[in-house]
Amino acid sequence: MILKIAWRNIWRNPIRSWIVIMALTVGMYAGVFSTTFMHGWMMQRLRAGIETETSHIQVHLPGFKMAEDVKSYFTNSSQLVHEIENIEGVEAASERVVISAMVASAEKASGIKVIGVDPGKDTLVVNVNKQMFDGSWFKGVKRNPIVIGYKLAQELKLKVRSKVILRFQDSQGDFSGGAFRVAGIFKTLNTGFDEGNLFVQNSDLRSLITISNDSAHEIVIRCDDPTMVDKVVGKVTAKAQGLEVESWMEISPELGYLTETMNLYMYVFVIIILIALGFGIVNTMLMVVLERVHELGMLMAVGMRKGQVFIMILLETLMLSALGGFVGIVLGIVTTQLTAKTGIDLSMWAEGLSEMGFASIIYPEYNLQMVIGVSVLVIFTGVLAAVYPAYKALKLNPSQALQSI
Amino acid sequence: MAIIKIKNLEKTYNKKQIPVHAINGIDLTFQEGEFTALVAPSGAGKTTFLNLLGGLDAPTGGSIEIGGKRMDHLSSAERTRFRLEHIGFVFQAYNLIPVLSAAENIEFIMELQGVPKKERSARSKELLEAVGIADKANIRPGQLSGGQQQRVAVARALASKPKFILADEPTANLDSKSTENLLDIMQKLNEKENITFIFATHDARVVKKARRVITLEDGKVISDEVKK
Repeated sequence: MILKIAWRNIWRNPIRSWIVIMALTVGMYAGVFSTTFMHGWMMQRLRAGIETETSHIQVHLPGFKMAEDVKSYFTNSSQLVHEIENIEGVEAASERVVISAMVASAEKASGIKVIGVDPGKDTLVVNVNKQMFDGSWFKGVKRNPIVIGYKLAQELKLKVRSKVILRFQDSQGDFSGGAFRVAGIFKTLNTGFDEGNLFVQNSDLRSLITISNDSAHEIVIRCDDPTMVDKVVGKVTAKAQGLEVESWMEISPELGYLTETMNLYMYVFVIIILIALGFGIVNTMLMVVLERVHELGMLMAVGMRKGQVFIMILLETLMLSALGGFVGIVLGIVTTQLTAKTGIDLSMWAEGLSEMGFASIIYPEYNLQMVIGVSVLVIFTGVLAAVYPAYKALKLNPSQALQSI
Repeated sequence: MAIIKIKNLEKTYNKKQIPVHAINGIDLTFQEGEFTALVAPSGAGKTTFLNLLGGLDAPTGGSIEIGGKRMDHLSSAERTRFRLEHIGFVFQAYNLIPVLSAAENIEFIMELQGVPKKERSARSKELLEAVGIADKANIRPGQLSGGQQQRVAVARALASKPKFILADEPTANLDSKSTENLLDIMQKLNEKENITFIFATHDARVVKKARRVITLEDGKVISDEVKK
């Protein structure tokens, strides 16, 4: 019956209650939708980072990532790749030769990271081949094909079939280089990646830096299940004796922290909204208590315990908050589901976003954990906002309350 | 049988500054089945007396014993429980819960007592019949007349099967016909069910029906007359 009274009390002043509900609805809608929007955005960046740039797991000689020294290669790489491919949970693996170089066209020269790949196998691990802007992934050029990023192609004024010179140090410490012809131009979400990396064939690069066909600087690995990366790292480490095996979280910690940082930021944002709304709820419920002093006195007079009066006020506040919060959360989820298909176009800022590695069409993503977190916060705000008005009710003296008008 | 024994009852407000003696040494005894009117001009202390008797307020001196239990020895929470179990209230302004129907208002008291749902429904029906508004069971107070609301209030006061009912100016807001009807109902309940009624009033019609009339002045009993 207390629940029934509390519910019906909410609708005694429907306009006032609706104002509070609407405020909570709008606040929670904004909170939830911003959360799913930001989450989707960050997840797009995360996926792009892993699937295009780092892969799930990388294997190197210890210290290679620090200096990227051409001499830091390991042998028996093909055998190791074969063994890694047979590990449970590994979808594909591919070996790479990675060096630092100068790339020069007829117009300009630039410092660059050259990645020698097995064009067939590498596409099973990362997806640069699916992001071709022009030309193709190592097709159409017979001798020394090269695949470069869109941004670099713009800077060096290169087109498909343009000639380009790479200069670098070989494994003996001698100056070396070679002429390549552009087979394709890729354009990923990350301009920085497009500007700083180019791809050549493993076989071409090995002969130029004078290392055997069975040597590599890096093995990139794709897992069947992205959530099982840590387990697979353990298994690969057991096979790759003397080598350093790292997950994408260790290779690019900024990617891992991206979603965590954003979630934290969104919680802070939602909490600020709720604090503002909480004051509104306190104000409304205080008015409710002050308006009903006589009635609360009567309830206590006829035998309702103070604790029950407290619970009644608490329930009224909670139901009011939960109703507004619930509607806002549902609307936020519905909007997320709708925009998750169509995406939200931020092409106006595409250039700036691309410089930071972010997509310009955002697909909001529903995050159950976050929605549960926000719902709990709404309930918590309701309880907190109810405490002071309910305490006021608790402090009433029934005989004095009955005499109030 | 005496159900209420009051000895040297005192209630003083602002004890530390300028003391106001609202109740100033009252000694009274109420027997089971009494139909008593407590008469006093405004400000003479009848509401204060009723508040003390109903455990809504604590006395500053003296004692109140109801059914052998000292009210002045009970904590605030214990007094609340005692009110729920043993005292029925009828107020001048009806004081029904506006968001509950007539039947729900009556059942609410029984729910606080922990009476099972079936029993609550049956008793509220029975009580609404007793006060003559069984057809208004599902109507909310706002849609009832003053007289009908006060009847619901009487039925609610009876819901907990109390030892006695305290009625503070129950007819003050009613017209003559409603007053007459309400008093008849209460008189019948008193005679048939032996329910004790104590009215605080200055309504001559109530005084006329009462079998005992106690007059208060300046917080003291100045006359206590039992009609024959």
